[in-house]
Amino acid sequence: MESTQANPGLLCSPEDSQRTLYPYVTGTSVVALKYKDGILMAADMGGSYGSTLRYKSVERMKPIGKHSLLGASGEISDFQELLKYLDELILYDNMWDDGNSLGPKEIHNYLTRVMYNRRNKFDPLWNSLVLGGVKKGQKYLGMVSMIGVNFEDNHVATGFGNHLARPILRDEWREDLSFEEGVKLLEKCMRVLLYRDRSAVNKLQIAKITEEGVTISQPYALRTFWGFSAFQNPTAGAEGSW
Amino acid sequence: MGKAVIDVPPKGGFSFDLYKRNAMLSKDGVQLPPFTKTGTTIVGLIFQDGVILGADTRATSGSIVCDKNCEKIHYMAPNIYCCGAGTAADTEAVTDMVSSQLQLHRYHTGRESRVVTALTYLKRHLFSYQGHVSAALVLGGVDFTGPHLHTIYPHGSTDTLPYATMGSGSLAAMAIFESKYKEGLTRDEGVQLVTEAICSGIFNDLGSGSNVDICVITKGNKEFLRNHLQPNPRTYVSPKEYSFTKKTEVLLTKITPLKEKVKVTEVGDAMEE
Repeated sequence: MESTQANPGLLCSPEDSQRTLYPYVTGTSVVALKYKDGILMAADMGGSYGSTLRYKSVERMKPIGKHSLLGASGEISDFQELLKYLDELILYDNMWDDGNSLGPKEIHNYLTRVMYNRRNKFDPLWNSLVLGGVKKGQKYLGMVSMIGVNFEDNHVATGFGNHLARPILRDEWREDLSFEEGVKLLEKCMRVLLYRDRSAVNKLQIAKITEEGVTISQPYALRTFWGFSAFQNPTAGAEGSW
Repeated sequence: MGKAVIDVPPKGGFSFDLYKRNAMLSKDGVQLPPFTKTGTTIVGLIFQDGVILGADTRATSGSIVCDKNCEKIHYMAPNIYCCGAGTAADTEAVTDMVSSQLQLHRYHTGRESRVVTALTYLKRHLFSYQGHVSAALVLGGVDFTGPHLHTIYPHGSTDTLPYATMGSGSLAAMAIFESKYKEGLTRDEGVQLVTEAICSGIFNDLGSGSNVDICVITKGNKEFLRNHLQPNPRTYVSPKEYSFTKKTEVLLTKITPLKEKVKVTEVGDAMEE
């Protein structure tokens, strides 16, 4: 009798594995922050198939129930699967018809459990999720990774956003940003991501959630600047480089 | 006639002799010793009158900080400085070597060194070692053709840019540059922006830390601001001095001077020079 510890190939050999091994259609970073009246979240609308920009109108942020907004990066099909689970969760919650509704903290906890349990079965949902919401005046912003790591913070970002947007947010985020200031800060982060993340597209949506509800903006593009004089003739002094 | 193996001296370039031995060792589970990497944030930008280079001062060996205040901005020529990221030994050696080559070249030509000369020496050397010399450099200087800023990658490719960042903290620093850089910065604005970018690397990247070094190069003048900013001071110093309790009691103190063993007597002629 062969021990599975000595030979882990017996447990999950690639040939008969039905588990998620790699992501196929992926979305890039999501950036979110808390502002005076609630949460602001931004994500672009690109779905990349490896290195091809395959889908350019993917909505990666969706409202959940009355009080929450979910943004996801990573495998798009797994995000759609999660939306189905959450649909069912909200449906059952509504069926109780008891005047209570699931708030962002509860949804965040549910998502953490789902992600962690899938990871334990070696069949992860290949996503990094951002969950934001307002319930009874309390603002909540949290993140869950594909292995079930979850935490709550004043500003979060997934993927490349962690390296490019988080430093900016750490410097410039303040407790009561107005809506305009929050949007400007988010656009600053999304612009840097557009310049420096190869899978970013210049078509983004900004979503806002407050006590009143969720609004997801129409897709729009950011203005970029390429007019540096050094870009006009880069090899002026150094032939052969670029 | 037997098989005569002629010993030919190596022609230069990387010697792959130990490659097989290393591969065999790593297969048996022996890990390579972690070399001192500078896990770094280095930046450069071009402003109105010249170039400003910046760097953090942390050197890491694996997950240990081995030098809290090292110097990553290396001298190449009176008008050219180079920041180095990657393996510390590689950046030191390569910048030292090219600095000497530049000096010889200056003697040969009788002119001030040009930044493209340093660039070419560096990229030719790095390319010939096919990326094994792990040095990622930000080279900046002002020569008679104007201010120049280049990045050089370990495999030997180069970029000419108005602002550049390298090292593990490069993304954090680049986020600052991309959101705040504009053309025609004054000296103070430039130094402020470089400091902000390095601080972003120091506080958001684990491989970078400690202090900010700055070097401002303009036509005919350079300012090396070592530890321009020290945002990580040692705030708590214990008021009690270190005191070690005497463990063994002293019973007796006796001093015995060593006797001279050899008596030297001058006999005969003094030794001739």
